[in-house]
Amino acid sequence: MINTHAVKVIYKYEMLRAWDTIMQSFASPVISTVLYFVVFGSAIGSRIETVEGVSYGAFIVPGLMMLALLTQSVSNASFGIYFPRFTGTIYEVLSAPISFVEILIGYVGAAATKSLIIGVIILITAGFFVDLKVAHPIWMLSFLILTCVSFSLLGFIIGLWADNFEKLQLIPMLVITPLVFLGGSFYTIDMLPPVWQTVSLFNPVVYLISGFRWSFNEVSDVSIELSLAMVLLFSAICLLIVWAMFKTGYRLKQ
Amino acid sequence: MNSVISINNLSKVYTGGHKALSDVSLDIRSGEILALLGPNGAGKTTLISIICGIVKPSEGSVTVNGHDILSEYRITRSLIGLVPQELTLGMFDTVWNTICFSRGLFGKKPDAGYLEKVLKDLSLWDKKDNAIMTLSGGMKRRVLIAKALSHEPSILFLDEPTAGVDVKLRKDMWELVESLRASGVTIILTTHYIEEAEAIADRVGVIDKGRLLVVDDKDALKHKLGKRQLCIELENAIESVPQELSSWNLELADDGNQIIYTYDTYSEDTGVAGLMRAIDKSSLDLKDITTSQSSLEDIFINLVETQ
Repeated sequence: MINTHAVKVIYKYEMLRAWDTIMQSFASPVISTVLYFVVFGSAIGSRIETVEGVSYGAFIVPGLMMLALLTQSVSNASFGIYFPRFTGTIYEVLSAPISFVEILIGYVGAAATKSLIIGVIILITAGFFVDLKVAHPIWMLSFLILTCVSFSLLGFIIGLWADNFEKLQLIPMLVITPLVFLGGSFYTIDMLPPVWQTVSLFNPVVYLISGFRWSFNEVSDVSIELSLAMVLLFSAICLLIVWAMFKTGYRLKQ
Repeated sequence: MNSVISINNLSKVYTGGHKALSDVSLDIRSGEILALLGPNGAGKTTLISIICGIVKPSEGSVTVNGHDILSEYRITRSLIGLVPQELTLGMFDTVWNTICFSRGLFGKKPDAGYLEKVLKDLSLWDKKDNAIMTLSGGMKRRVLIAKALSHEPSILFLDEPTAGVDVKLRKDMWELVESLRASGVTIILTTHYIEEAEAIADRVGVIDKGRLLVVDDKDALKHKLGKRQLCIELENAIESVPQELSSWNLELADDGNQIIYTYDTYSEDTGVAGLMRAIDKSSLDLKDITTSQSSLEDIFINLVETQ
């Protein structure tokens, strides 16, 4: 039988932590994204012609949301599990009658929820700057949730793997952010030279941004089915890695 | 008394090859206070950590109330409360939030009444809304105990509960342990304070280099491994034990000013009366006579040093 009380308290604890650090958790990513809207959407964007019939300001909204979602999901989830490891309070979770799935639901669920809230705030904020239309709201919501969950899973893996604060920042700074910037946040990949178009197809974030953008304005680099398949595949790989880490007790149990 | 925890041939080898536990077998009785004595690095914390699920065993098995700690971990862990050695607490949490968290983690429904009682028993009720970082070291240790008790465990592990605490708090802790035992909780504590084991434990286990050297009732241990000594102080120093006293295996101490006689206080004839008569007949002048009993500390040091 599932230990629902345990899942609830982990989830609640993590959400309260975000609430206690509301400036860092919510205000900071929203303000950063608003600055992107001001600079790229209004200032520079006003001098750029439409991209496939969509104003540049509206075109970059999905990419900017993805940029915030991916970095926040990874950072929330990695910090959530790394901090109790760092302070030693993880002993309590390890000695509790709780399975790895329940631990995962608690930590990853909270991290994904926080990212989702940030995503929604950014979406609402974007509405003040650009003429926003969502062509496929169900798809948009599905991509939003899937992205939050899958990258929170990745963050959880990083939080288990890291053995110092530097490593905790390493992947988000050196891998996630470049992948998002090069994944078509501010452009469609057909604007690139042919060689770089091919290289871009190896960037998993391209599929995420493409699918997400399609749900807004039906502009995409790859088909929606392929985007969805890639997100699901990424989630499955992350789940498998987390399962293996728990099974072997990697960095948790000696 | 029924065995509540049964440890069978338990061994643990850490990555890197360090053997922390070697073929440990032990039955812990329901309702007792068992003290595990041992020097630093003896394997006490490893043993506790395996039972609680924090460390994986290499070999052997452990059952709690007849349930295997690996295959039936949900049952076994719900019965156990653990107070770790280090003050591992979320420093920004409030006392109330952290104990609510602990209770939920162990699958228990919220129960404000019970948690209020726990905090009151530990003199923490007036601190319930305080952030943990604002509490003193002693209070933080009590918060750890409150967390461990929050889910109403029937077995409580206290890993070095009085390490680094002052005398007053140590006495308070002993009273608390005694009251918990009175409520039916089985208590296993690790310590390197022998006086602690002597003061509160029913049974004592001595562990060193990963091996359980001995485990027995505290008094039986003192009986079996302890010794009683008669110290006879002389008016004038002697160079050797007189011939007529040679059958008592006496030792000379304090540069010949003392004669030491070691005997078994539980034997039918301790030999004390005969020795006193023989001394009376000899030319020795007595100044004073004292007797002493080996403490657990003597036994512990003797056991560890002879390994």
